[in-house]
Order: sequence, then C-alpha cells, then structure tokens
Amino acid sequence: MKTIGIKINGKPVQVEKGTTILKAALIDDIKIPTLCAHDDLDAWAACGICVCKIEGSSKMVRACATEVMEGQNYITHDPEIMDVRRTVLEMIISNHPMECLTCGRNTTCELQDLAADFGIRDVPYHADVKELERDESTPSIILDPRKCINCGRCTIVCQQLQNVWALEFLERGHETRMAPAGGILLNESPCIKCGQCSAHCPVGAIYEKDETREFLNAVRNKSKHVSVQIAPAVRVALGESFGMEPGSIVTGKIYAALRKLGADSVFDTNFGADLTILEEGSELVDRIKNCGLLPQITSCCPAWTDYMEKYAADMIPHFSSAKSPMMMQGVMTKTYYAEKIDVAPKNIYTVAIMPCTAKKYEITRDDNMWASGEQDMDLVLTTREFARLIKSSGIDFDSLEDEKADSPIGDYSGAGTIFGVTGGVMEAAVRTAYKLVTDKELEDVNVYNVRGMDGVKKGSVDFDGTEIKVAVAHGMVHVEELINEVREAKEKGEDPPFHFIEVMACRGGCIAGGGQPYGTTDEIREKRIAGIYSDDEKSVVRKSHENPEIIQVYKDFLEKPMSHKSHELLHTTYQKRPQYAK
Amino acid sequence: MQTTEEYKITDALASFVEKWREKPGNLIMILHKAQSEYGFIPRKIAIELGRILDVPLAKIYGVITFYNFFKLEKPGKHNIQVCTGTACYLKGGIDIIEELEILLGTGVNTVTDDGLFSIESVRCIGCCGLAPVLLIDGEIFGKLSKDDLPKIIADIRDR
Repeated sequence: MKTIGIKINGKPVQVEKGTTILKAALIDDIKIPTLCAHDDLDAWAACGICVCKIEGSSKMVRACATEVMEGQNYITHDPEIMDVRRTVLEMIISNHPMECLTCGRNTTCELQDLAADFGIRDVPYHADVKELERDESTPSIILDPRKCINCGRCTIVCQQLQNVWALEFLERGHETRMAPAGGILLNESPCIKCGQCSAHCPVGAIYEKDETREFLNAVRNKSKHVSVQIAPAVRVALGESFGMEPGSIVTGKIYAALRKLGADSVFDTNFGADLTILEEGSELVDRIKNCGLLPQITSCCPAWTDYMEKYAADMIPHFSSAKSPMMMQGVMTKTYYAEKIDVAPKNIYTVAIMPCTAKKYEITRDDNMWASGEQDMDLVLTTREFARLIKSSGIDFDSLEDEKADSPIGDYSGAGTIFGVTGGVMEAAVRTAYKLVTDKELEDVNVYNVRGMDGVKKGSVDFDGTEIKVAVAHGMVHVEELINEVREAKEKGEDPPFHFIEVMACRGGCIAGGGQPYGTTDEIREKRIAGIYSDDEKSVVRKSHENPEIIQVYKDFLEKPMSHKSHELLHTTYQKRPQYAK
Repeated sequence: MQTTEEYKITDALASFVEKWREKPGNLIMILHKAQSEYGFIPRKIAIELGRILDVPLAKIYGVITFYNFFKLEKPGKHNIQVCTGTACYLKGGIDIIEELEILLGTGVNTVTDDGLFSIESVRCIGCCGLAPVLLIDGEIFGKLSKDDLPKIIADIRDR
C-alpha cells in the first residue's frame, strides 16, 4: 500500500493513500466529531458536523468523505470550524424532540454526547419537530421517526449490509424520512428484525422494544418459577456496559447477577447449542449417508430464517429442521426440567438473555414454538436491556463473585460457546459430525478455515477420507452468493457445491447482534470473537457429544438424536412468506 | 393507503418495460409510463414492476416519493393543477387553490366524492406571463381571478 505525506494541523504524518481526513486525524489522536460516519459503512456526508479546512483553500470539506492528498495541511479545528459545527448541531437539535429523559438512548445517544461536549444551552432556531407516528408493529424494534436526524445509517445498513431493503429514504428535503416503502408498518415490510438499524442509529429513532418490566413482573409472581438462559455472545459483550474491555468473559458474573435479580434457575443457551449440534449434526449425517437433499443449511438465526422465508423460499427443503439453541433450551426447561423439579410447565416462566432483537420475534413465530404445550419461551431480553436491569437494581456487576449454572441443563462444551461467532456453528457441527460419520474422534478440534471475518468462507474438512465441503456466510448481503451457487448446480444437474452451509445475519455473527452494546465496529468484533474462542479453548469438553449433561438428557429423556420425541420437541418447519404483507 | 381496486400491467406498459429493460436509467422512464397508463402509481403495479425489474420496492418508493410528479393516489377524472411557481404565487396562486377548495369541498391532493375533480399544487409550468394560471386536462386557464372559477368548473363538469 502506497503511503503519502500530509500534515494534520501542521504536524507531518504518513498515511496510506486513500485515507480520509477523519481517519488520518486519528493518527494524531484527534477524533473529529461526526454523527453519520460509521466504520461499518462507506461515508456519504449527511450530517455536516465533521467539516475541516485545507490550508490555502477557503472551502470547508467534510472529513468523513474527503481523501487526503500528498502535501496538504489539514486543519481539523479552529474557532471558525468549531463555530460552524456548533451551528450545524443547533440546526439538527432544532428538529429533534427534547425528550432525553424518557428516550431509549438516554446516556448512549451520540447527539446528546455532542450537545454536552459543545455546551449547548439554548437553540437559536425555531423548534420544528416532525409530527410522525411511532411504529411499534414488530415484536423486536420500535421506530420513532420524530427523533430521526436523517443520518442515513439505518437505511444504508438495511440495504447494503443486510440486503433487506425494509427501510428507504422517502420524500425529500425537509420532509425526508426513513420508512418502509409506502405508508406501511415495519411489520408489513420485508424487515427481518435483525436490529442492525437499531445498533447503528446514533439517536433514539430506532431502538429495541424494552421488556425489562415483564421480567420484574414474572419475578414478583410467586407462583412462577423463573428460569433464565444466557446466549453465547452475551458473555463477551455485556462487560462493555460496565466499563470492561470488549471480549471480557463474564459468564460467572451473569449467572450471579441473574440469581440476585430473582431467577429461580439459571441455565446456559450453550447447553441448547450442544443439543442443537446433536440434532442438526445427526440430520446432516443422515442426509449425507442416505442421499438426502444437500447442502443442509443452518437455521438457528431467526433473522436469517425470516429472510429465507421471504427472499429464498426455494431453499426451505435445505433448511435444518432443528430449532435454535434458545428454543431447544426453552422446551427442555418446560418438559425435562419441569418433570425433574415437579413443577407444572404453566408455572415456569422462561427468559432468554440474547444479543439479538430477532429472538423476540422468534419465540412466537409459529405454532411449533408451543411444543411443550405452553409457550416454550416467554420472554427475550437483549444484552442492552439486561445491562439496564442490572444497573437499575443497584447490583455492582464488577464485584460479583463468579457462580455456576444450574444442573441438569446448564453445562456446556466449547462447541456450544462458539455458536456466538461466524463459523462457530459449522465448527461445532464438524466436531460432532466427524464422530457420527467416522466413529472416530476428531483430533485437532480447531477448524480454522471457517473462522475469520471474510463475508463468505469456503473450505473442506477431511472426514477420514471423505471430503466434506462447507461454506459460511455472515452479514445478510453475503448469503446470495452461496445460494446462487446452490441454485446453479441444481439447474445444471451437478452435484451440490457444498454439504453444509452456515448463515448468520449479522456481520461477525451473534457477537455483533442487533441487541448488543452500542458502538460495535470490526475492532470490537475481533475482541469479542477472541473472547469466545478463549472460552472454547479453556473448556475441558470441546465437543457437544461429550457434554455429560447432553449424554444424560438423551439417556433419561430424548432417547437418541432425531428420535420421535426429539422431532416433537426440538424440530420445526418453515414456510414461504410474502415480502410485503401489504 | 390506496384504493383496493385491482390493477394489472397493461400491454402498453409491458412492451415499454421490454424496450427499456436493459437500458440505464430505465426505472424513471418506466415509472413515467406507468403513471401515464394509470394516472398514478398503484401499489400493486409498483410491486409488480419491482419483481419484473428486480428492483426493491423500497427503491421504487424512494423515487416516486422524491419526485413531486409521481402520484401515489388516484387523481380525479379532471385533475386541476394550480401553478404555485414564483410568479403565480405572487399573483395569488394560493388564493386560487383556497377558492377551489371551497367550491369543490375538497383539499389539495384529495379527490371529490364523485371522483370528478382533484386539486394539485404544481411548480412553474412555464407560462408566467399568464399568472396566475391553472391546467385542467392539459388546457391552460390564465390571468385568473377567483370569480372565473365557478364557470370553469361548471364547463368542465358539463363535458
């Protein structure tokens, strides 16, 4: 990569050619304020806060979208620039409701931060807030277009990263707003509830549906046994909400916090993940051995299954019928565990702490989610909601002593924990499928060619002489490439290009889900991913089929993977859905 | 929301789509054609065009809400376009709109109950010398005063 010499405020620095002023300034530890720029997205210069000067030019340029040029001196701040930025900020605020105290982004809002930094005390412009209705139609996220500052992040995320096109800029000029196509509600649009819009929104215009009070009400109800599970990705991100480094593993503190909050039993979705591997892995082996339809495609990501039902329904027969780990954990809690503790399923209230907004939708997605006879999962809280719950209770998270999950459905293997990262479900499945196909144990359990941040990863695994071809996609925009390969092979009558495909809707996998702490960038993704792999590496048991509690559960209750009982409780079906309900 | 009336891709629109399918900038041309066929862009047609052209519906709505020209609602049989460009605005274009609203009992961008008339505010139509001016079915009425309006409407109604 060619480097060029420039100056930042007169100080010479070397930067790569093609660097923007915004990034170049960071080398000199200057963080130019922005509202629309985001590391995940190409710059499109919407907000106007990041204006800078080039020495010798009377024009101001936007630091986010201007590439540096050899020999130029860039002025990132002076009284005039700061005055212009202040004016831009005041104009944005004049269109923004002053509802900070009751806003979903209170203390996490980027506009609020800037207003504080700039010491805005009053706004000289006439307040002009749009009169638009709040959209609460989905079970996952809420759209409050009055608070929108037209930065465009949500729309670009929805279109370019996720290829969903639920959101678009409608109208123009002063009337511009982000909305689904043509006066319909979000739930009537192709929205897959992934929540990436909410994770990228700088203000309170899109946020997760807060259900923390539902949790408290359940705890208050003495006739209910409240049983909580935590997802793999939560343990490496929640700490960020309490000032810890991204990737810090706080599993034991989470278990402790849940008990302090009133949970009667604390389990781990990683157990459900191990169970999923047994079912999904056996399904894969069955397809391979008995000439079933290949490739098999993973179905644990509810945003992905929603996308597939709307955009790629021809792939339904390829979908694993195994439910997601969360749903398996839920139904096992209301059947197997309910029997063990002799409590009627209707008196158990199941809660899942998830990195994901789509999980809120998944729990009532169809009738199969009532396999126990009751609603298998009663409530989903995102990592962000859970952090608020801990804070509002006054629990000092940092000083909590590590605790263990409850038995008999709380223990997990390293394979269960890596479900939270892209490639992890594949790797976990390989560790067990190898055993099922060859009847030998995989010696090196690390499957490196499905790890990493490439949008599409392809590789093969040697199953004792048989080549098993695998592929992984994350970030919904990357899935089309794989699906099209499968379709083309089918049309030409060729062998399927892969045996197994894993898809996760969010870039990096669940560790960067739409319900995780704000500010996720690739740098933070890498740290959370490293946290997950270290959790795997320090696990004594690293294969799902070796998890003693999994072995026990099949012995006591399920008999064997793909048994009649498994099918009844742990498997589901998919159907074609229209992209637009209206 | 729009009318629930069923709309189908007309033969003329279908052959226009075929002609423009591979050309750059085709979406806006095709939407123009669609509006000339139906008088507005019915949602069913927008969905159908999205499918045929492999363009997300959201993008189509981005375009048709950005340009004032495109209509999302079915206009009246006679759409009264009142110019509110600079010259007409200064010469009382807004008064003309207000008088029409009283005479027809309907507002801008809505249709009279009998489906005969709708009122639309448009930007400069290029005959500022005749300000204030309005267009009905392509016919220009210029140098208007409020008192001219009852007769114009009565004449159109009788057509």
